[in-house]
Amino acid sequence: MSGPENTGRKQVHLAAQLPGIHNVTVWADPRSRSQIAFASFQHLARTAERGRFDFFFLAEGLRLREHKGRLYDLDVVGRPENLTQLSALAAVTARLGLAATVNATFNEPYEVARRLATLDHLSGGRAAWNVVTSFDAFTGENFRRGGFLAESDRYARAAEFLATARELWDSWAEGDVRADAAAGAFVRPGAGRFAHHGQHFGISGRFTTPRPPQGHPVIIQAGDSPAGREFAAAEADVVFSKYNRLDEARAFYRDVKSRLARYGRTPDRLKILPTATVVVADSDAEAAAHAEEITRAQVSPQTAIAHLEAVWGRDLSGYDPDGPLPDIDPVPDAQMLKGHSLFRRDRDAIARGWRALAEERGLSIRELVIEVSGGQTFVGSPHTVADAIDHFVQSDGADGFVLVPHLTPGGLDDFVDRVVPLLQEKGVFRRDYTGPTLRDHLGLPHRPERTPVPKETP
Amino acid sequence: MTAPPMHLAVALDAAGWHPAAWRAEDARPADLFDARYWADLVTEAERGLLDFVTFEDALGVQSAAFHRPDDRTDQVRGSLDAVLLAARVAPLTSHIGLVPTANVTHTEPFHVSTGIATLDYASTGRAGLRPQIASRAADAAHFGRRTTPRLTDEDVRDPERIGRRLSPLFDEAADAVEVARRLWDSWEDDAEIRDAATGRFIDRDKVHHIDFEGEHFSVRGPAITPRPPQGQPPVMSLAHAGVPYEFAARAADAVWVTPHDRAQAAAILAQVDAAVRRTGRDTRARPLLRFAEVLVFLDAEPGAAARRKARLDELDGAALGSDAEVFTGTPGELADLLLDWREAGLDGFRLRPGALPHDLVEITRGLVPELQRRGAFRTAYGATTLRGHLRLPRPESRYARAS
Repeated sequence: MSGPENTGRKQVHLAAQLPGIHNVTVWADPRSRSQIAFASFQHLARTAERGRFDFFFLAEGLRLREHKGRLYDLDVVGRPENLTQLSALAAVTARLGLAATVNATFNEPYEVARRLATLDHLSGGRAAWNVVTSFDAFTGENFRRGGFLAESDRYARAAEFLATARELWDSWAEGDVRADAAAGAFVRPGAGRFAHHGQHFGISGRFTTPRPPQGHPVIIQAGDSPAGREFAAAEADVVFSKYNRLDEARAFYRDVKSRLARYGRTPDRLKILPTATVVVADSDAEAAAHAEEITRAQVSPQTAIAHLEAVWGRDLSGYDPDGPLPDIDPVPDAQMLKGHSLFRRDRDAIARGWRALAEERGLSIRELVIEVSGGQTFVGSPHTVADAIDHFVQSDGADGFVLVPHLTPGGLDDFVDRVVPLLQEKGVFRRDYTGPTLRDHLGLPHRPERTPVPKETP
Repeated sequence: MTAPPMHLAVALDAAGWHPAAWRAEDARPADLFDARYWADLVTEAERGLLDFVTFEDALGVQSAAFHRPDDRTDQVRGSLDAVLLAARVAPLTSHIGLVPTANVTHTEPFHVSTGIATLDYASTGRAGLRPQIASRAADAAHFGRRTTPRLTDEDVRDPERIGRRLSPLFDEAADAVEVARRLWDSWEDDAEIRDAATGRFIDRDKVHHIDFEGEHFSVRGPAITPRPPQGQPPVMSLAHAGVPYEFAARAADAVWVTPHDRAQAAAILAQVDAAVRRTGRDTRARPLLRFAEVLVFLDAEPGAAARRKARLDELDGAALGSDAEVFTGTPGELADLLLDWREAGLDGFRLRPGALPHDLVEITRGLVPELQRRGAFRTAYGATTLRGHLRLPRPESRYARAS
């Protein structure tokens, strides 16, 4: 019998992220392969599907990061365009959900809605959209409108962008493609007609693409601010979170789920998935040693100095990464690291906290950066890791996790081969997919909860 | 003296190029939005050793008159994004080139460039780009950011007049292609160094801002995607008049033209040559391949193709009109025509199947063997990239010299 066993226990949802453009990815490891070759993406996606993951996820950055006025060269860099890449991956997977981060600032609703609808058709209902916003003029320099959006307007634009995309998906009803050759009727009259007149978008005409198999692709959101949480509660099917320590994760989980009722939604309609890393070895001790090696590799001496510079807002290349933190003060307004959300805010407070921590514990610059980087989330033998994931989910810290491997592309092989079977034995993770679509995997209804605007039938 | 084998491509569009093609007996109208339909078509084209297939697209619903939306329900309406469609079939094929249409009037040039680079990675060097301007004013309302010229019935009777009316959009399109090419070049081929000793993943002296400043937009760069396998995927455009010939001369690696006989093919190629001279392009350094378009109905039995077309005309309520020559006949007769026209100086042909999959299968299983018998078409793929099939050299990054 396929599908989760009826254990009455809360089910775990899992997503895989291709290691991104940050220092989680250890490129110097001899097992590390190309970050851009299609074969790498295919390997990781097929591994995730073998492990019956809910979906595969790609992040996005539309401008290469710059540090001290030059390209940042310490991390893996270079990525595909997400929707095109996921469409290709749809050909080499059969059930795995395919989630694209697509920016709502440097795109227009008609085209994004069309491309997501296309991906949903071409994957048989497996598309998801991680809605992100940006506003910075730095990224805007790659686009027609430049840095046109004020930071305070970014959620308003994103909300209207998503609402407009939903109107476009609803502009074709199910069954509008008749393809009735005998009657000479290909399409229902008026299919695709729409008009939207709002603050950010004034568009009208006809949408090109029939209703996606999932009705609407799965919507993902990752905002942590009160406005972001409210947006998620109102609109999202999945929320990514950065809280992967149980106490703070439970607080986030409670807060976001409690906001759903206001929008007429039950708590199970929104899945909360923190980002997590996993280190598995034969024994707990071996895994702990391995985790420490990985963390050290993720924070090279050069990376430690660069992170410190990003917080301090000044050149610190003269400092010894194995020596103490600088006693000079940060320059609060100088932005050294551009194109990255890391250390963008409250740098003064971060610097004070880092200094206090280093003094208290006697840490060098590199040791401090390793300490604050958080290390690895789940470390241990396969049993230890499976128990910890299960416990985290059953304690309402999460509905599951987005796993970010440190190696491309083999970084999830061990997890899938050794941990997934244990989660299946516990009855908390599916042994096989029960339906073809991502909404099926997530236990979400196929139709959006809001009723599409009724149309006249001529 | 033997001429080099001709290049042969097929233009895929919905159920075929006849507006009633979806009502043909062997059509699959219910599958037009299903990946399997497209996978079947492209694998069939690859079985025929074709150079490439193209995917039509537009940012608006189809219409009978190309400049004006309509409410007809008896023709195919609705489409999928062509770049995603090409990517979806890329892993299922291994040799054939994949050339999607991408809009360059409303779509961000940055996104077009990275999308095609991604397709080139997913297909390991088989991507091309067919940039298309948005010639319909109604499509601009789907974006609400700008207006574009509204063509009149008078305009569309004369390709030269259309070209003049839309000439600002062609100028902008040339900028968009320039941006795409610069972004493809912005990472030198050896930019990734993975130097553990210094902790550096890239050599940042080999990744470049492109600093494009044009009348309509500026793009700083560099690309977020490393240099694609072909360096620059080939750019191809359809052209019917002086303005688009000049666009092709500036921006394209291959131009597709629409003569109706051999003499007209020669006359059009002379116009293309003149456009090339006006732009100062050196075609020895940057070749411009010349393809002619033919819309084809093919059947082995004499007369059958014409009868098939007549029946579709009847269903549609009008004789098929097309910018390209409409051919009905046997694969052997089409081979005669192609070999004759080629003498005018053509490098190849992009054939538009009247109905799918019927006329595609007649091309791959009827026309191709016929051309092979006459020594005019390859009998096996000799390369694995689109540039390889087209015998276009892989360009060096323009920034490599500067550093």
